[in-house]
Amino acid sequence: MEYFIQQTINGVTLGSVYGMIAIGYTMVYGIIGMINFSHGDVFMLGTFAALIMFLILTSLVAGMGVAAMLLVMMATAIVMSSLWSWVIERIAYRPLRGSFRLAPLITAIGMSIVLSNFIQVTQGPRNKPIPPMVTKVYDVYGVTISLKQILIVLITIVMMTAFWYVVTKTSLGRAQRATEQDRKMAALLGIDVDRTISITFVMGASLAGVAGAMYLMYYGVATFSDGFIPGVKAFTAAVLGGIGSLPGALLGGLLIGLIESLWSAYFSIDYKDVATFSILAIVLIFKPSGLLGRPEIEKV
Amino acid sequence: MTQHPEERRLSGDEVLRVEHMTMRFGGLIAINDLSFSAKRGEITALIGPNGAGKTTVFNCVTGFYKPTMGRILMRRSNGEEFNLERMSDFEINRDAKVSRTFQNIRLFTGLTVLENLLVAQHNALMKSSGFTVLGLLGWRPYKDAAKEAIEKARYWLEMINLVHRADDPAGDLPYGEQRRLEIARAMCTGPEFLCLDEPAAGLNPRESLELNTLLRSIREKHDVSLLLIEHDMSVVMQISDHVVVLEYGAKISDGTPKHVQNDPRVIAAYLGVEDDEVDEVLEEIEEVAEEVSHEHEAGQPTGDAR
Repeated sequence: MEYFIQQTINGVTLGSVYGMIAIGYTMVYGIIGMINFSHGDVFMLGTFAALIMFLILTSLVAGMGVAAMLLVMMATAIVMSSLWSWVIERIAYRPLRGSFRLAPLITAIGMSIVLSNFIQVTQGPRNKPIPPMVTKVYDVYGVTISLKQILIVLITIVMMTAFWYVVTKTSLGRAQRATEQDRKMAALLGIDVDRTISITFVMGASLAGVAGAMYLMYYGVATFSDGFIPGVKAFTAAVLGGIGSLPGALLGGLLIGLIESLWSAYFSIDYKDVATFSILAIVLIFKPSGLLGRPEIEKV
Repeated sequence: MTQHPEERRLSGDEVLRVEHMTMRFGGLIAINDLSFSAKRGEITALIGPNGAGKTTVFNCVTGFYKPTMGRILMRRSNGEEFNLERMSDFEINRDAKVSRTFQNIRLFTGLTVLENLLVAQHNALMKSSGFTVLGLLGWRPYKDAAKEAIEKARYWLEMINLVHRADDPAGDLPYGEQRRLEIARAMCTGPEFLCLDEPAAGLNPRESLELNTLLRSIREKHDVSLLLIEHDMSVVMQISDHVVVLEYGAKISDGTPKHVQNDPRVIAAYLGVEDDEVDEVLEEIEEVAEEVSHEHEAGQPTGDAR
């Protein structure tokens, strides 16, 4: 039983990270119907931004508290991811907006390769480890919960609440939802659609940045190829939860995290990805628009 | 706004002037050298048989299409002038204050009725919320602006009798209410020039009477000039001050409803009759015109269809 709870906690932590990345996929898909395959690499850029900030802080600023350090790392990751994502949208997606649907998808894959190779060349291909930052561990009735797990879950809750608030309650969120439904009509009501789309990319990227910093803190290592697997998992999470739906992205992330950790706990760890994707396939057979996605009903 | 200021000035009472506008789609000429103007504070109707290019004119004026040739000048009440054909779609609404509705209703069906009206006030809210950041921190002026926006939305909901449906998804409303909501949404952007594409299409006689009242009050209370496409002749004749008739993308008549009504070219084009039948039709039309003018003399139809 303790083992099960332990694995559930690990799964929720991992799922939170996936969920935060998945939000970026789902928001961008919602607003322009495009799958932003470079989003995983924007997340990876976030881990590197946090890593570099960590190195700067530890070598230049003596005796800085861990909490302050984490905050600065997170802020750096947010700024860098957002900046990159904004630039990518500006140069690789916006010029293709009027083009056929596959064009931005191809440039997205292209940008993904560009980003991971850029990091590989400039930062080196090897794993970059950092010493553990948060080591405190609590023992609750035989279950170990580490402080960093609690931090990740808390930060996820805070970020998600903020996002939910922006999307449902603010004028910006209304403009985003309006643009999502009818881009041309939104423009005719005076909404600067291009800017709204840019903001959506930046919002998704800032969450990916936070996820990047969390990921670095949790695993203590960053690699140029880190964008791919977590990116694909997060994308799977977005599809599983229903792409286009914000709560769906979080739910999908948590489910994927749980499936992975529970499968590795009781079955062969080599097959954990097989399990994840099999469950995705099964869910999509019965609910093609995902768990919380709204089915598209075409009026005849 | 640099070249030949004296040449391009609109006279004070003109709100929109279309000059030599041509719109081609490949080999098809949808609009051919069309010029007309709309006066401030008036309701201008654009009529013509199906396929005459009325909606294309709307699409050019509101930035949906860029006309192949010609220019479209818009003058705001503060004297600023805009070349609409050079502006992108959202600027036409945001800066030139031109708003429109569609023949096939384009509400945001997934948003609530209230949200539909608030989206239309996005620019004002965005500015006052410091691009959302200050708004999130509970900045005072944003709260006031948000309250004001809701007040404005409420005012329009009262105008169109939909206060009780404010929190329902807009897609759940019946057709006639969706049409009124679309007009209210266009009005929430604070337009000075409002283009309505067949506002009475699909409405029953009672609803269409309500619509006339709404349009008149928009013009009178809100200092908005209107351009409307309409097939329902009773609407056109009752509320418009000025009628422009199109056929095959060219203007064939322009003047008061009375004038247009009696123009044989309009009758021939609009009713699609043979030339020798024109006289016959003319008589019929005169009869109808008399009836309408009688109605006007007897006071506006007061039947408040509520």
